[in-house]
Amino acid sequence: MSLINTLARLEAVESGRAQPLTTVRHRRLSERPMVFVPLTTAGEAGAPLGALVGTDRESPRLLTVAQPRDRDLRFAFLADLAEALLPHLDSYADDVEPAERNETDPETGKRVKVEVDLCVDAPQLIVPNRPGIDFVRLLGRSMRFRRTAEQDPDTPYPAPARVPLLGRWLTHYGERARVPGSSLLLAATDLLNRHWATGQSNLEDQHLGALLAWIDPPDGGSGRDAALRAETDRDRRGQLLCPPAGPATDPAFDNRLLAPAIDEYDRARQSLGAAEDGPGADEQLGRLTRAEREIRALLASQARPTWDAVWRGLDLLRELPEGARVADRWTRDRWSFTGHRDRVRSGEPPQPRHDDAVTAAQKLASRETAQAQLEAQEALDDPLVLAGRRLSGEAFIGEVTDVVMAYSESKRPSPRPLITLYSEDRPQLGERTKVYRSLDGKPQSAEFVGREPGGHGLLVVRLTDRMGRGKEPAEGSVPEKGERIAWTLFEHDQRGGPKLPSTEETPWTHGGPPGVEGAGAAPAGGPVAGDAGAAGPVLGAVHLPESRTPADDARPPSPRPSLPLPLPDPVTEEDFL
Amino acid sequence: MRGNAFEARVKADGGTELLRLLHERMGAGARPPVPGEVLVPDLTAAGPEGRVARTALALREATGAAGGSAAWTLLVHPLLALEVAGSPAYLEPDAVVVRPDGRWIVVEIKSFPMIDSSADPSKVGAAARQAAVYVLALERVAARVTGAAVDHSVLLVCPRDFSNLPTASVVDVRKQLSVTRRQLTRLTRIDDIAASLPEGTSFDLERCSPAELTAAVDAVSAAYAPECLAACELAFHCRGQARSAGAVEALGRGVRGELGGLTTVGAVLAAARGESTPGVADDDPTVVALRRAAALRAEALESVPEGLEAVSRGPGSVPEGAVAGCR
Ligand code: SF4
Repeated sequence: MSLINTLARLEAVESGRAQPLTTVRHRRLSERPMVFVPLTTAGEAGAPLGALVGTDRESPRLLTVAQPRDRDLRFAFLADLAEALLPHLDSYADDVEPAERNETDPETGKRVKVEVDLCVDAPQLIVPNRPGIDFVRLLGRSMRFRRTAEQDPDTPYPAPARVPLLGRWLTHYGERARVPGSSLLLAATDLLNRHWATGQSNLEDQHLGALLAWIDPPDGGSGRDAALRAETDRDRRGQLLCPPAGPATDPAFDNRLLAPAIDEYDRARQSLGAAEDGPGADEQLGRLTRAEREIRALLASQARPTWDAVWRGLDLLRELPEGARVADRWTRDRWSFTGHRDRVRSGEPPQPRHDDAVTAAQKLASRETAQAQLEAQEALDDPLVLAGRRLSGEAFIGEVTDVVMAYSESKRPSPRPLITLYSEDRPQLGERTKVYRSLDGKPQSAEFVGREPGGHGLLVVRLTDRMGRGKEPAEGSVPEKGERIAWTLFEHDQRGGPKLPSTEETPWTHGGPPGVEGAGAAPAGGPVAGDAGAAGPVLGAVHLPESRTPADDARPPSPRPSLPLPLPDPVTEEDFL
Repeated sequence: MRGNAFEARVKADGGTELLRLLHERMGAGARPPVPGEVLVPDLTAAGPEGRVARTALALREATGAAGGSAAWTLLVHPLLALEVAGSPAYLEPDAVVVRPDGRWIVVEIKSFPMIDSSADPSKVGAAARQAAVYVLALERVAARVTGAAVDHSVLLVCPRDFSNLPTASVVDVRKQLSVTRRQLTRLTRIDDIAASLPEGTSFDLERCSPAELTAAVDAVSAAYAPECLAACELAFHCRGQARSAGAVEALGRGVRGELGGLTTVGAVLAAARGESTPGVADDDPTVVALRRAAALRAEALESVPEGLEAVSRGPGSVPEGAVAGCR
């Protein structure tokens, strides 16, 4: 944590209320976010127990699994989840606008512009916290290799129709969430923690209820006291008034309320089975329905407070105006969504179990670029974030005190004006250090010339670009005396590093040929380490405008449809997902 | 529970599946174990001391046997003793296997899944720390058995993907071992802590009033950090103490490191406001940085148009000067 944010935390301790870390909102909030509050059983290693899901805060859809060990019930849950999520995803898929994309022509190797569709907007998924994001990934992983009866009539436990498709989408969202600054899949706690500092530690900030209490205490009183109540208050039955935001439920809930209810459900099911069509069947059916209803009510009681908390958090975030460069990052999310839509439509197989070396390296590189870009953009959008960079000497604000025209020493001299700035900041400038300012949203660079002798805080920089082609600088391209300008020592527009070779040119030691062709499926029943196959074909990388390609989307739709499906996971009597 | 069912399944049939996995991952060229020929000694005995002695004997016999007959031995739920802060603690690993070459290997069976051959790193880390303690306790036994050595890698067995089929992975616990060793030597002996307490201090939950208990707990020094919340039942109590003392550690260990000689919230905020703190020079680098941070933050917040500050600043009160105790 930077010192300036630590200071904000300490101010929060003193005042008993969270303190702002930003002056604008640095993430996109969809007008119609899909909120997903999953619950899992603590004892069953993360088997789904239920969920609240939907886009309408007043009427979430409640999905439940009455007996988490029952595969059919789990499948029914997943099918319901697909029913709740996929139409929402689909509703964004056909609203497109034309856009251009740079691609490498596979034959000539030349870069060409291609006209493609870009979805106008993308569906956003919000979960309560980081474990929620992990669970989205887990669900995605568990579903995408499943087979439906239609795909494979012999598959031992066929999955409901749209479940594998949902698995692919959740996998895509889960992967995208690893890209810094992306807003496709967000955790409410991360969103709030980005924008406010509480008077507690990062660990405690993962508790959604406590976090909200610091930011917006229900009674307007002390955030600290409200947070403590959220963490500890229990009712007469020993249940937390503010249940954990999941997915794992509170052990006291599991043991005291849920376990007996599931037992009753099991017994009711048994006696219904025993009654068959006999005289008692109706009665037993009623008992089963009651038991099921009881479980639904219990799960709703655990998930509803979290559901409401997520929406309350979104309300608070909406009060902040969106940062100017958020739309730029969201455009990349739209590309990501569109790219996956295209891969699904073109019949590509699901994402592989393991990335091949090139894809993995590309993802890593693009995430590093995204991180640097996010940091730069947030600082440019927000004086409070910039303050942190000023403190660390990576940026400064200077008032122009003098402008002296000067020219480069070439045959056709270009303007290279010298700007004298007064600044109280302490930027870490060395000889010819490059600095940047934002001119109409584009970076203009200058280099540091030196400090004025004697004049404390006076420094001189030489402007080096964006002044037009003429001998005289273009109108408005040179700052004027009296202007206050924010300069950064970091670049505004981070570009990707060196290009990685295509799969065809990658040595086999790094996942290239000859393994590529046969890598469509994992060896059956082989050792776990042997599951590393299933690499899809990787063609020339797609380049988004301005060569800022999120590598997660770097694969264009494959022109070779109907590859063999990767093998499903081993299935046993007692598997958990 | 799934965890118990899975462990039972892994150990079923005299540990056939478990030994197959172990041979596959850590066999070191030994002859594969033959089902039915694996020795599974009975470790039942009266009382913990009896079980510890029984375990030690079984280990000794297995190691001796290994030298001659090249047999594999599986010890299910052996009991080990380790001295912690001067008192014995009993430990029960899921299993220990003695390889034909006399090497002892700790086996940890966990119910969290290994998906695409990797598991949740925090859970693997916790399992490694736990297994390291077993290795340490086993080494105390091995020191008295000729030809015995404890492997510093352990076998972690987990369900594979989403099934209940076991898969295994070798975890090197050398780092956890050295950390645990160091921690054990640095622990203050319980006797010494007891001796430092006021006469008549008692932690008896049945006989003490809440006030007496609180006083007793507070008599022991504590070093609260947010990590305690996940590990210790006293955490809320210690946190309350640390907070009311204004200790900056309550916000995280890293925060403490950033703030140099300033240890309380009050002192830090006073320094940031430009007030002098006794014992801390005005040109102390932390103090200078804090003042600049406060000035930059205030400037940035002032530049924000009206109405954007969703959270207003309220007056606060923080007890000053107090330094956190350590329990
Ligand atoms: S007793 Fe020790 S470990 Fe427990 S919370 Fe207090 S300081 Fe932490």
